[in-house]
Amino acid sequence: MRRALPALALALALALALPAAAGPRRVVSLNLCTDQLAMLLAAPGQIAALSHVARDPRASAMATEARRFPVTHGGAEEVFALAPDLVLAGTYTTRATVGLLRRLGVSVLEVPPPDSVAAARAAILAVGAALGREAAAVSVVADLDRGLAALTAPPGPRPRAAIVAAGGWTGGAATLPGELLARAGLANLAAELGLAAGGYVTLEELVLARPALLVLARPYPGASRAEDLLAHPALRALAAGARTVSPDDADWVCGTPHLLAALAALRAARDAITEAP
Amino acid sequence: MSHRALLAGLALAVALLFVAALLVGPAGLPPRTALAALFGAEGRALVLVMQEIRLPRALLAAAVGAALGLAGAAMQGLLRNPLAEPGLLGVSAAAALGAVIALQTGLAARFAPALPASALAGAGMAAALMLAVALPRGGTLALILAGIALSALAGAATALVLNLSPNPFAAAEIVFWTMGSLRDRALADLWLASPFLGLGAALVIAARRGLDALTLGEEAAASLGAGLVRLRLLVVLGTAALVGAATAVAGAVGFVGLVVPHLVRPLCGGLPSRTLPAAALGGAAMVLAADLATRLIAPERDLKLGVLTAIVGAPFFLHLVFRTARAEA
Repeated sequence: MRRALPALALALALALALPAAAGPRRVVSLNLCTDQLAMLLAAPGQIAALSHVARDPRASAMATEARRFPVTHGGAEEVFALAPDLVLAGTYTTRATVGLLRRLGVSVLEVPPPDSVAAARAAILAVGAALGREAAAVSVVADLDRGLAALTAPPGPRPRAAIVAAGGWTGGAATLPGELLARAGLANLAAELGLAAGGYVTLEELVLARPALLVLARPYPGASRAEDLLAHPALRALAAGARTVSPDDADWVCGTPHLLAALAALRAARDAITEAP
Repeated sequence: MSHRALLAGLALAVALLFVAALLVGPAGLPPRTALAALFGAEGRALVLVMQEIRLPRALLAAAVGAALGLAGAAMQGLLRNPLAEPGLLGVSAAAALGAVIALQTGLAARFAPALPASALAGAGMAAALMLAVALPRGGTLALILAGIALSALAGAATALVLNLSPNPFAAAEIVFWTMGSLRDRALADLWLASPFLGLGAALVIAARRGLDALTLGEEAAASLGAGLVRLRLLVVLGTAALVGAATAVAGAVGFVGLVVPHLVRPLCGGLPSRTLPAAALGGAAMVLAADLATRLIAPERDLKLGVLTAIVGAPFFLHLVFRTARAEA
């Protein structure tokens, strides 16, 4: 036991020193957003596996790139078998898996889902630091900032817009879609309804508010009652008298430079309203 | 109380609750404005709120409630069992399974009436199965246990279908299919359901004399000339159409068919032919009231209809179980 201690200390020191020198060599990501950050930032060969959602074109803005990497379904056993030296996870999902991996001695970085552009920048830099790829992270953040600066609307009229997703969910100012709405030069109906963090808007409130722009979610394949709302006659009548835009969900669920595509779509819709005679 | 007075009283309750359902909503419109908008006399947005959102919801609540009350009264008459109810016997759960299969296979998207038809098929199979369990001896225990087994099986199959759906929202809707809701339904849902509801009501009403004769026992009914096979067919098909169509648009709403027939039966002299119309009106009133309560208690949270009907219905059911157990002991 006593003789084992120095060896253990040496191993620990090595384990602590190595990532600082070269970064982790086997990174496994369990979360859609960390998957994309890993693909954006990692050095060749650094990614051992991504989550299977990364390949789903409906959810992932980098589904094609993700095909080049192995994927897991996020089970602790499956992940541990890959012998990762760093696991990237979200803060809300795969809680049990993360706890189990930590008990098994795997180093885990938890990245919260971005609720603002600032949080998205912070997440890019944090994952960059954990991967030992700080320079790559700084360059991605610079690209993001340049795009934001180009697309953020100058002061001027702010037409009212409402985000309407399945079941009537709407994003408030304290969400990434809400912030993008504001940057595109739009006034968010959710703010009028007192929904800062987002919430559910009833069809009645929506019809009476008559927003100039409806930001509608695209329905998924298969059927759901929650999405029936998007085809409700009252909403269709409302949409007929307003402008509508449907950014790709995959572009703005995660804080990557892909969110610029969603912002560009919103900005174009806003400009079309303000420039209309 | 005369039967006529009972029906008039229930109809008045339905009418009042129907108007209340039209007047309550998150938009908080003044009653006079709301009623004017219902008849198209206000701005476009108000007319939309009244004609496309509140009116379909109130009409569907009344139709679904009437169907469930009618189905409960008919099943109790046929099985001569006070605990027979579409929700408890797994008929509603099987209808929900049929509906979910039609939606997730894309059948309902290609051909809309496939939704209520598939729910009808599920409900019909379940009702026929329950009849087979009930027929030899008619024991309450066997019937209820078979109902529990069938509900569990249909519920699990529904969860499986929804979990396998490529749609991320579908899995979250297990609650809708087991508890029911009328939120954001459209007039199209009513048009879809009403032929099936009308057919079911016609079949069940055609069975009313036979059900009356059946209260005297099967032999007596047979000697009175009521064809038992025809009677069973009418009631099984009728309840399947009623429960199938109601479940296809509103999900499985339990206990309405248990509570309402029970409350009105003593006032109808125990005669199924008189209980049926009273149960239909009472069911409409109960679901209208429950749907109104979901909107008054938590307007934004989409409380489920079945939660409220179960809060009233489950203690009622326990009371009936105790009474039946004492009577059988």
